This record gives sequence, structure tokens and C-alpha cells, in this order.
Amino acid sequence: MAAAEFDIPEIKNDIEVPKLREDVMSHVKTFPAGQPVQDFMGYPHELGEDWKDRAIDKMGDLLGKYRSLKVFLDACVHCGACTDKCHYYLGTSDPKNMPVARQDLMRQVYRRYFTTAGKLFPKLVGAKDLTKEVLDDWYSYYYQCSECRRCSVFCPYGIDTAEITMAGREILNHVGMGQKYSNEILGKVMKIGNNLGLPGPALEDTLEGLEEDIEADTGVPVKMPLDVKGAEVLLVTPSADFFSEPHVESLIGYAKVFHAAGINWTLSSHASEAGNFGLFDANYDVMRKVAMRIRDAALELGVKRIVVGECGHAWRVAYSFWNTLTGIGYGGNDPFSIELQQQLDHNYPQPQHICELTNDLIKAGTIKVDPSKNDDLVVTYHDSCNVARASRMGTEPGGQFTIPRELIKSVANNFHNMADETIYESTFCCGGGGGLLTDDLMEVRVKGALPRATALNNVVKEHQVNFMAMICAICKAQFTKVLPKYGFDMSMVGGVHQLVSKAIKLD
Amino acid sequence: MTIIYAGMFYIATLLLVIGLAYKIFDYSRTPAPLKIPTTPAPTTQTGVVYRMAKEVVLFESLFKSNKWIWVFGWLFHFGLFLVLARHLRYFTQPVWFWVDIIQPFGKYASIMMVAGLAGLLARRFVVDRVRYISTPSDYLMLVLLIAIGVSGMMMTFVAHTDIISLKEFFMGLMYFDLQPLPQDPILLIHLALVATLLVIFPVSKLLHAPGVFFSPTRNQADNPREHRHVAAWAARLDQNN
Repeated sequence: MAAAEFDIPEIKNDIEVPKLREDVMSHVKTFPAGQPVQDFMGYPHELGEDWKDRAIDKMGDLLGKYRSLKVFLDACVHCGACTDKCHYYLGTSDPKNMPVARQDLMRQVYRRYFTTAGKLFPKLVGAKDLTKEVLDDWYSYYYQCSECRRCSVFCPYGIDTAEITMAGREILNHVGMGQKYSNEILGKVMKIGNNLGLPGPALEDTLEGLEEDIEADTGVPVKMPLDVKGAEVLLVTPSADFFSEPHVESLIGYAKVFHAAGINWTLSSHASEAGNFGLFDANYDVMRKVAMRIRDAALELGVKRIVVGECGHAWRVAYSFWNTLTGIGYGGNDPFSIELQQQLDHNYPQPQHICELTNDLIKAGTIKVDPSKNDDLVVTYHDSCNVARASRMGTEPGGQFTIPRELIKSVANNFHNMADETIYESTFCCGGGGGLLTDDLMEVRVKGALPRATALNNVVKEHQVNFMAMICAICKAQFTKVLPKYGFDMSMVGGVHQLVSKAIKLD
Repeated sequence: MTIIYAGMFYIATLLLVIGLAYKIFDYSRTPAPLKIPTTPAPTTQTGVVYRMAKEVVLFESLFKSNKWIWVFGWLFHFGLFLVLARHLRYFTQPVWFWVDIIQPFGKYASIMMVAGLAGLLARRFVVDRVRYISTPSDYLMLVLLIAIGVSGMMMTFVAHTDIISLKEFFMGLMYFDLQPLPQDPILLIHLALVATLLVIFPVSKLLHAPGVFFSPTRNQADNPREHRHVAAWAARLDQNN
């Protein structure tokens, strides 16, 4: 099935708020998951007769489990503060891509079935019966949200549309409307160990090949160990790092850092994936099951530290949820978490981001770098949404902004930020996060990248920027595919550790 | 008329208190299983109190978001706060000293309040994005509040009502000793609208008032690596491992 033709938006001087154009994106339907995928996940694969009851039951179940959902559905006053904040609205001008309108797709049903006012006076409060049309709207527009949380920064009540999108997708799953892309990936990670479905022997081959490449390139035998028991560090990284470009350049960077610092490290074939697509639906069990592979690998290999590679949503799950889901962290006083927590080295944060680790090593002088090796580059930095708004690095709030920039500036001499309203907590999503990184959503991805492309274009014009560094596998894959449509060269896109890799001294 | 209004206020107050108490109970019993503060977030509980205070008093996030909504919203809410504080004189005997002090401010705060509300209402008509998301209740809520404000201002600035008797009526209500309500049509309208607002509060978007305190993106400390955070229903999963 060929994707529909669409116009590439034009980059203007500034990010402009468009006039509404109703329903211009309602034709977008991500490919539905087929029966084998849905069966494996334990979801139906088609709407049954009782789909409406199942949907309402599931909504009730989620309302009882997640305070966020309940409070967010009640608290919105329709003030409009979020209406111009979503990159998908800015890129598509479809009003249902305004955060509040996206929430209202569910809020109208919540009001009808769960509130007094909506049961008595549906028209007055904008309550609606759950019909097939409403459900189709959910399927369209809950897959035009990358769960990036930009709206939640600007909402006076902190309403996070991501929480509602996640719940919406979970309800869709339970009535038999799953998404092919995300659910297939969840199947692969649970069956094989990573999102790409790369089995252990293939991974071993790939790593050996990379070791040879590095040695040919540098003359130094930098290793990429796999499944080494008793290693100090377990590195968990997105599987795209194993053979996608430019991701693999960062993997080479991590390996050089460990080598130069003399840290005994390993990858795990069982936990050969940092990404956790369980985040994208409100299914706690699935997210926990996927995260549990890391715990199992850490216990089996007996590692003292767990370090996470460049991946945005993975870092959110690792930093914010691993302790909750799997006991990777500190402060647990139950047998489940104590078992793991007493194995870990308490001199380090658990889990630790690779940027925290590398930045500390450079500051301590343990590894040496030569920033002039990157003098051919003028670098800017794209804050990935999940790192920026759903996690932290270091000990201070905002470390997720300062640490990667500190690291970049120590390995490259030319650095310029993009405009303030497009970075830090106000950063714009790449347009491909949250389960949208699939070709059947290309129109959404291209249009959603418009705000970032605009901000990038301005630093290209003003400072001749020719490299946008980032720490997210999805951002890298999205930008290399989408930025060329706006006229940028895909070699502008790369990881922070790609820069580290060039600057690090190995002898 | 006195008996009708007395009954109306007893019922409205009861519905407000029970409705709000139930909602607050419901929010507090619903777990937040995951750490989801919008970061950068404070790392300590003290920091969270500070963040929440800035949110509730200054509308910090709204300020970042949209200066027009912020100006109108803040004028309305702060005006309303002063006006409500001023109204405490009808319910306290002797009147608390600080309520005495703010009387003149409260009087003119009504102008802030109505001006803010008018601005918010205008946005619903003028801005296409806000018009798109507005439901009938969104307009009516603003109209109701404006009507309350304007009828109140009429009595302050244009045609004074008998506030001595009014106070006796409300003190009587509080001590279950009914006193006659002045039969001033503007007052009767004002009070009927206020009673309506009390009833609507716990079943409408006005729940944003208690809701903001329960918002996990704002009320959680950012310390997931240091403290294990597990909801009761989720903790049961650990035991099956």
C-alpha cells in the first residue's frame, strides 16, 4: 500500500500558528495490527459486538488505576493555552491536533458515561456517545500524538495529553484496534530481546564486525563485549545503535569511552534493547514485562552498574520508571528490590545515562579529548522530548539540558543553540516519537517536524550550523528520513557520542 | 421568599460540600502508579510546595504559555479572591480585622474580576482555536460569573441593598435561626446565581480548583532514582516474581 501523496510544508522565517483547517488529517490511519500480533499481545484483532461495553469498561478500569487520567479529564477549563503548542497542530493545522481537542475526543466520552453533568445535559457540556465515528477519530488522532509532553509544560493544571493518548490507545487495543507498528515491536522485544528482532548470534557477528572496523580505523583494539558475566557495567542501548546510521557511530563512541576509561563493560543479548514501547500505551504490565528483561540480565550477569545509551523514551522509562517497575535504583525496602539494589555500586546513580558517565569522566580527566577533531562542524543540539520533559541527568533539575551541552562543548569547539522557545523544556519533538516512526504515518511525521526544521533552518542561516546532535534513536531515524524533504542533508544528523567518538584520545 | 432562599442555600451548600468532598476523596484514593512530573521538576517535597504555590498564586505555567489568557485569568481569579474575602464580613461577627482592612480593595476588585471575565469571554469569540474548543457550558459559565459580578457591583456602586438585614439573614442561616431576607430584586438575582454556581461547582470544569493540587505532573518530586515509588496495585505484581 503506497502512502498518500501530500505537500511538504514550506519553512518560514518563524514558527507560525496556522488558521484551523478542520479534518485535513482525518484520513490518516496507521496500519492496524493483524491477528497474530494481537493474539500474542492478548488483544482481540477485530471489533466484536460488545466493543462499546469493552471500551467503557476499560476506560473505567484505567480511571481507577491512574490519577492522572481522572484529574486531567476533569480539570480542563478549555482556556486555550495549549492550542498553539503541539508540533502536529503547527504542522498540519488540523484542530483535532490541538492538545485540548485531542483530549476532548476522550473527554466527551468520559463526560457522557462517567459524570453527572454529561449524563443529564450532554449537549451543554460537550458530552458524546461512544460511536464508531468517535472510535475512528481516536484511532486517527491518538496516532498523531507523539506523547512528547510539550503541552503539559504550558497547561496551568499540568494536563499531559500523553497520559490521555496512552489511555486512548490502550482502550483501542482492548477493542481490537491495535497499531501494527508498535504491537509488532512489542512482540519482537518480548520474544527475541530487541525491537529489531535481531537474534543473539547475529548481534555477536555485528559487534565483531564493528570491533574490526574500529581497529582498522584507529589501530586500537576497542572491544564490544556481549554477555560477559562479572562485568562492572551493563550497557543497555537502543537496538538501532547496532546497525542503523548514524546510530552506530554513537555505539562506537560508547565503546571507545569504556575502553579509554578502562571500564569493564558488557552488552546483553537478552536485554539488547533499551527502548520500551510499552510506554506508549497505558498497559503497565507490558511496560513492566519489557523492562524486566534488564533486571533479569543485570542479576544474571552480576553487574554493578547499569548505563543507558542514547535513546529518549528509553531514558524516560529507565530514569523515571525502572525503579518502580523493576527495582533498578535505590530506596526499595521490599525483598524484590533489595535483591538487586544490594548488588549495585552505590557510588553511582542507577541507572546512569551515558552522557552523565562520559561527561564525568572527561571532567575528572580520566579520558582525554581533542575538540579540534570536530572543527569541521558547527554544532547545535536537539533536546529530545522524553529526556527534556520526563527525566533528568545529574543531581540538579535541568541537568538533562546542561550535561549534554557541556559534553558537546568539551568535544567540539563550535556550538550554537537554536531559539529559546524551541529548546530545553520548550523543545519541539522530532515528529516521529511515541510509536509514530513508521512509514504509514509519513505525512504526520513530515508535517510534525516543521517547527524543528524551522528552528534548525534559522541557525543554519545565522551560524552556518552543519550538525544537529541528539541523544535519541527515534529522533535520529526520524530526522535522517524527514529533514531531507525540507532540503537538509541527512549527514547533519547524529549522536552526541558520534562527536565524542571523533574527539576521544585512545592511547 | 426567605424560606425559599434559605432552603436553596442549605441545599446548594450541602451539594457543594458533599460533591467536593467526594471528588477530593476520589482523587486521593486513585493511585498515581508512575513518576510523571513534568521536568525540570523540584527534587524535594519542599520544592514541590514552592512549585505548586507559584502555579496556584501566579499561574506560572499559564504565564509561560499565553500572556493574554494569563492577564485575563489572573485578573479574574485574584479579583474573585479579594471579592470573596470581602464577603466574609457577612459571615463573621465581629468581623475579622484583616477582612476590615481589605474592604476598599475588595470593592474595586470586582472591576478586575469582571474585566478579566469579559476578556476571557471575548477570546472565546475572537480566537478561532478557542472558539473551536468552546462548548455551550464554557460560555454559560463565564456569563454566569459575569452576571454574579455585575449584580454584585450594582449593589455596591449603584443601588445599595440593606446589608444589615442581609448579614442577619446569613448569620441566621449559619446558626439555624432564620431571619428575613431583604426583598431587593438585584440581591435576589445575585443570590440565586451564586447558589447556582455552588451547585455546578463539583460537577463541572470548576473542579480545576481542587484538581490542580492532585495533578501528578505538578505535585510529584523528581527523585525516582533515589526513592522507589510503587502503587499498591502495582506492588502486588512484585510478589509474583
